[in-house]
Amino acid sequence: MMRAKAFQKIYCRLTNITKATCTLEATGVGYEEMAYVQGRAAQVVKIAGNKVTLQVFEGTEGLRSDAEVIFTGKAPWLPLSDHMSGRFFDAFGQPIDGLPAVEGREFPIGGPSVNPVRRKQPSELIATGIAGIDLNNTLVSGQKIPFFTDPDQPYNQVLALIALRARVDKIILGGMGLTRDDYLFFKHTFEQGYGQSKIIGFINTTDKSPVERLLIPDMALAAAEYFAVEKNEKVLVLLTDMTQYANALSIVSNRMDQIPSKDSMPGSLYSDLAKIYEKAVQFPDGGNITILAVTTLSGGDITHAIPDNTGYITEGQLFLRRSPEVNKVIIDPFRSLSRLKQLVIGKVTRKDHPQVMNAAIRLYADAANSKTKLENGFELSDYDRRVLRFAEDYSRDILAIDVNLETEEMLDETWKLFSKYMTRDEVGIKQEFTDMYWKEKQPA
Amino acid sequence: MENITIISKGKVTAIVGNLVEAVSDGPLIQNGICFFQHEGKEIMGEVIKTEGNKAFAQVFETTRGFRGGMEVHFSGSMLEVSLGPGLLTRNFDGLQNDLDKMEGVFLEPGARTFPLDKASVWPFTPLVKSGDAVEAGDWLGEVPEYHLRHKIMVPFKWEGSYEVAWIAGKGEYRITDTIVRLTNAAGEEMAVTMIQTWPVKLPITRYREKRRPGKLFETGVRVIDTMNPILEGGTGFIPGPFGSGKTVLQHALAKQAAADVVIIAACGERANEVVEIFTEFPHLDDPHTGRKLVERTVIIANTSNMPVAAREASVYTAMTIAEYYRSMGLRTLLLADSTSRWAQALREMSNRMEELPGPDAFPMDLSAIIASYYSRAGYALLNNGKSGSITFIGTVSPAGGNLLEPVTEATKKVARCFFALSQNRADSKRYPAIDPIDSYSKYLEYHEFIGFAAREIGSSWIDKVDFVKNFLIRGQEVNEQINILGDDGVPVAYHEIFWKAELIDFAILQQDAFDAIDSNTPLKRQKYMLEKVIEVVNTEFGFDDFNRVRDYFKRIINLFKQMNYSEFKSEKFRDYESQLHHLITEKITA
Ligand SMILES: Nc1ncnc2c1ncn2[C@@H]1O[C@H](COP(=O)(O)OP(=O)(O)O)[C@@H](O)[C@H]1O
Ligand SMILES: [Mg+2]
Repeated sequence: MMRAKAFQKIYCRLTNITKATCTLEATGVGYEEMAYVQGRAAQVVKIAGNKVTLQVFEGTEGLRSDAEVIFTGKAPWLPLSDHMSGRFFDAFGQPIDGLPAVEGREFPIGGPSVNPVRRKQPSELIATGIAGIDLNNTLVSGQKIPFFTDPDQPYNQVLALIALRARVDKIILGGMGLTRDDYLFFKHTFEQGYGQSKIIGFINTTDKSPVERLLIPDMALAAAEYFAVEKNEKVLVLLTDMTQYANALSIVSNRMDQIPSKDSMPGSLYSDLAKIYEKAVQFPDGGNITILAVTTLSGGDITHAIPDNTGYITEGQLFLRRSPEVNKVIIDPFRSLSRLKQLVIGKVTRKDHPQVMNAAIRLYADAANSKTKLENGFELSDYDRRVLRFAEDYSRDILAIDVNLETEEMLDETWKLFSKYMTRDEVGIKQEFTDMYWKEKQPA
Repeated sequence: MENITIISKGKVTAIVGNLVEAVSDGPLIQNGICFFQHEGKEIMGEVIKTEGNKAFAQVFETTRGFRGGMEVHFSGSMLEVSLGPGLLTRNFDGLQNDLDKMEGVFLEPGARTFPLDKASVWPFTPLVKSGDAVEAGDWLGEVPEYHLRHKIMVPFKWEGSYEVAWIAGKGEYRITDTIVRLTNAAGEEMAVTMIQTWPVKLPITRYREKRRPGKLFETGVRVIDTMNPILEGGTGFIPGPFGSGKTVLQHALAKQAAADVVIIAACGERANEVVEIFTEFPHLDDPHTGRKLVERTVIIANTSNMPVAAREASVYTAMTIAEYYRSMGLRTLLLADSTSRWAQALREMSNRMEELPGPDAFPMDLSAIIASYYSRAGYALLNNGKSGSITFIGTVSPAGGNLLEPVTEATKKVARCFFALSQNRADSKRYPAIDPIDSYSKYLEYHEFIGFAAREIGSSWIDKVDFVKNFLIRGQEVNEQINILGDDGVPVAYHEIFWKAELIDFAILQQDAFDAIDSNTPLKRQKYMLEKVIEVVNTEFGFDDFNRVRDYFKRIINLFKQMNYSEFKSEKFRDYESQLHHLITEKITA
């Protein structure tokens, strides 16, 4: 969104100023229209008679009651073109990488939804080399899935790792409340990893106003739609951290006297988040948008309104946590889920994939029970001991984020562990697969 | 929405989100449809409150670019749907626009398409003759619509009794052709075509009476049919946290249930889940007719990124289409995923209207709205003595997975089956994650069903179901004991009880929705397997070491699972079965 000022309607009397909004008397203004208040970007969020309320993205600190208000006559937009590759922008689409502005065709952001009958069913697997994803929660292009993670986990590193490994045409990074260090980390990682030609960033760093970040997802996704629709490209969108986005939403809605819902979030949180995440799509002509997001948790609480509403919207979630047994970061097999995995596992991947995945997770669950037994001071049975050893090997050699394997290798490794610690009956997989893949008993 | 008359005009005065206030120059109708004149397009809305000449409207599309002073036209009708042959296989939005007829990849504001096909011709067969007395809802004739005979009825809106003045002969007609002329009591002639319209928020009640359900509505899902049966014309709901399997379960029901017509309202959930149906249903077979699933299906898609205000419309549109097919004497299954999204849409609007909020900021009348919606389902005896049904199953998405929230509580009061999905079961991949102990079907106590079960399933069927349910509770109690006292702190017999309960869980409750064979278990097979499981449960094995119990039952469970994955009574099935018998006789004679 350029600051090109269409000198249309100018006003200079604010009747009311709150922390995130201001109100003035004006006529002929369009709902959701962009405006500038004392040079700051703002958007119409309410019209009541001739009273117009604007949400001021850069905050209202220091606004004068006689501030100049200029209406642009249009909803927020972004100029888009091929020249955006390798570039980083702020929430308003202004370059932050010291290079000149990008010329392009203007597209509205937060535009219309795809007609569901025009969507194609996602079917392409995106391999990441990480078993917590490829084996247990397979990622499919056109999917939307967040990492649920405590703030101390290396979630941005994992995002960058996946983005570099994924075979996609564009990576669009939407950074919300990103520290400057993390912004530079992303920038350097892509420069060094030969990903620079693919990356485009829209970044709101922590030193900027929180309300600004409300524009980031729509900016990133407008760019994603441009490349996926106009150029039929495969676009991976990284949104980090959506919790910061939702917090900004609550600031604005609370300033507008809306009745807060659970956890002081606006009652429309579900719809607000869904509008963003549902931009993930497989288009009929081959282009697609995949969204990999981050939702930081506070104290691991996933019943908080932000992760809760997110989980109801996204196609699964990936829990990032440190496994204390092996002291490595893993994607927790419990509660992590890829809802689209059914479309590819056992179809694009080997036939035994679904059963192997489920059997291993069941054993991992048994191990958790055995561990509880141990902690409660009960004697362990032979089965308990075997299943605990299975779980330890499984975490260290397969699940750990730093292990990089092909999917078939993950399956073979899991079969090896099954054979090493378990009997066929205990694994309980369809016989045709056990006959084919059971490794001869190795001494446990 | 066709044939709309505009009764007044007005100007927009205020806009917040999708709530728009306007002042009108004439009469207003509560729940009347209105059209905002926006940049050459008509954007549809519904008047949800009036105050003098002031109308408060919820707009069914984006209000981006709306301005104060914008013109709005108020119509004399509520939101209506068009009913007629050709609804099956179609994909509608919440306002019954045919999504396939829309142009382009994106949904453009103001785009409207007619839900039926005016050009196609239908072979019509009359069912009445001149001089016959008829009234609203009576069958006048029929046309074939895939597997069923679609009845052309006296329009539901028509009051009083009529005489057939003329009826078209057997032949091919378009849906807009006059096929019958009726004379009313005043002697006026009125033309009937194959299309009629109905306001979605009002129930279609052109039947003689509603009856208590009594017949099993077979779904092929064991934990439902065997343990918590739903009946033809029954109601049920599926609450569960995200990822617990609500949608997978609903899709399984849509694929397998013994229904003539299946109507799916995808209300405020993921678009890709509807795409799955669009993609798969044309290729999958209806297990009951052998025809393609799509031929018995109507989809109403108002996914979470589609206009929030149309979520409410989508569930009512779906219900009205279900009532239409019920009036033809058919068994319809109505599925809504998720009714919580509809409730949230009501909440968003109520908050914008600054109404007094009820619990969790939902509108005060939420309970009443849910109750009256569920009451539209049911088993109906039609005026001609035939019967039709709407079996309704909605999902509920409780915030934080906590069932003590307004939507779950309000639904629990009205739905007769409670299929509670448990996070723990989902976490340990025990699908479908329907909690065997918390869930219930009130129909197990219906004497109508008790009689039906004794007649149609087996004389002691209900006793067997009760036995298994009670055994599961014992299994859970015993498990708690083992957890407190330790494996060797309890008698070995406790382990046997626990593992027998596990057997019931693995062999009956758990079912792989993605396995071609296991996913759908016909009732006969359910009965066979239940009896087999009970046989094992009733066997005294007399173990002397708890480790043996587990090893032994793991083998038994594995054989049951292999049986579940095999074609019923196939050679493979028989083979596993004989291995099972062998394993059991070996143990008890040892
Ligand atoms: N019966 C089942 N068999 C196998 N997997 C299932 C079953 N039910 C659910 N799942 C798994 O759980 C995931 C989430 O299910 P879904 O129905 O989408 O949950 P919800 O609608 O409750 O959020 C599915 O993608 C699938 O992986
Ligand atoms: Mg769902």
